[in-house]
Amino acid sequence: MGMNSVTNIGRNGIQDWIIQRATAYILALYTLFLLGFFVTTDVDYQAWSALFGQGWFKIFSLLALLSIAGHAWVGLWTVSTDYIKPAMPRFLLQAACVLVMFVYVVWGIQILWGL
Amino acid sequence: MLVSLYRYNPEADNAPYMQDVEVEIPEGKDLMVLDVLNLVKEKDPSMSYRRSCREGVCGSDGMNMNGKNGLACITPVSDVVKNNKLVLRPLPGLPVIRDLVVDMGLFYKQYEKVMPYLVNDKPAPAIERLQSPEEREKLDGLYECILCACCSTACPSFWWNPDKFIGPSGLLQAYRFLADSRDTAQAERLENLDDPFSVFRCRGIMNCVSVCPKGLNPTKAIGHIRNLLLQRAT
Repeated sequence: MGMNSVTNIGRNGIQDWIIQRATAYILALYTLFLLGFFVTTDVDYQAWSALFGQGWFKIFSLLALLSIAGHAWVGLWTVSTDYIKPAMPRFLLQAACVLVMFVYVVWGIQILWGL
Repeated sequence: MLVSLYRYNPEADNAPYMQDVEVEIPEGKDLMVLDVLNLVKEKDPSMSYRRSCREGVCGSDGMNMNGKNGLACITPVSDVVKNNKLVLRPLPGLPVIRDLVVDMGLFYKQYEKVMPYLVNDKPAPAIERLQSPEEREKLDGLYECILCACCSTACPSFWWNPDKFIGPSGLLQAYRFLADSRDTAQAERLENLDDPFSVFRCRGIMNCVSVCPKGLNPTKAIGHIRNLLLQRAT
């Protein structure tokens, strides 16, 4: 019953749902942390560099980046299946979204670890 | 009072159009919208709409009144009329057969998908399958649905995917049988709902709750289904 979701990140509806909710919490935490950082710290290059120099913050940032990718994948897959009925353009849009997420994640890893 | 009616007769009209009719409302009376339609039909017998019990039980006369879905027979004109004008359109999102009569085929197809009947593979007892008052109470707010389609046709997710998203009405019924202590097919029922469309196209905007003429809450039932799917998946 229903449509197969081979181009989606999850295998079924509940998995998509959990991915979207869990990533939303992570992104909310990350946003609140950064907000707190900006409010409590006099942000200059030193402070910014020190924050990103810490291992745990790199991991937290990568987690947030992966969360954006997962969240956007589920969300845009849903939007594309709502509005684009012909299969070919829908597939091309989904593929383009996934490609962009992939590039963002790899690029983000390069930036975070200074590779 | 000015009544603006959606008219479409596929045998005669190229396209649907709105027809304005002046209707005399008896002084000091608040009619139901269905009464107004009956007055229109006295003047113009070609005006088509469904009606049967005229007291909110059969669910035949679901329609869109000044932008909001509801049952014409139990909606007072004073509740919906704006600037002394009543605008009547068919339920949105379903194919129009004629005037205010829509083709409910897709709606019933989704209803059928949720197996809206008790499944019990155990041998039937001599008299009846008993339920405790607490078990019976779980069906309150679910069994009252009259399938008027006001909720599903107010739901954008049902407009976009009427073939794949079950819709609020069907999902309320799905939960009515998931919650029934006498039913033994819960696993199979959940299996049938666990794809990205059937349940999860609900975005929780609660249009269904705001239009339901019986005051039911499909969004809450959908939340219960999601929890059952979550328990099963973790």
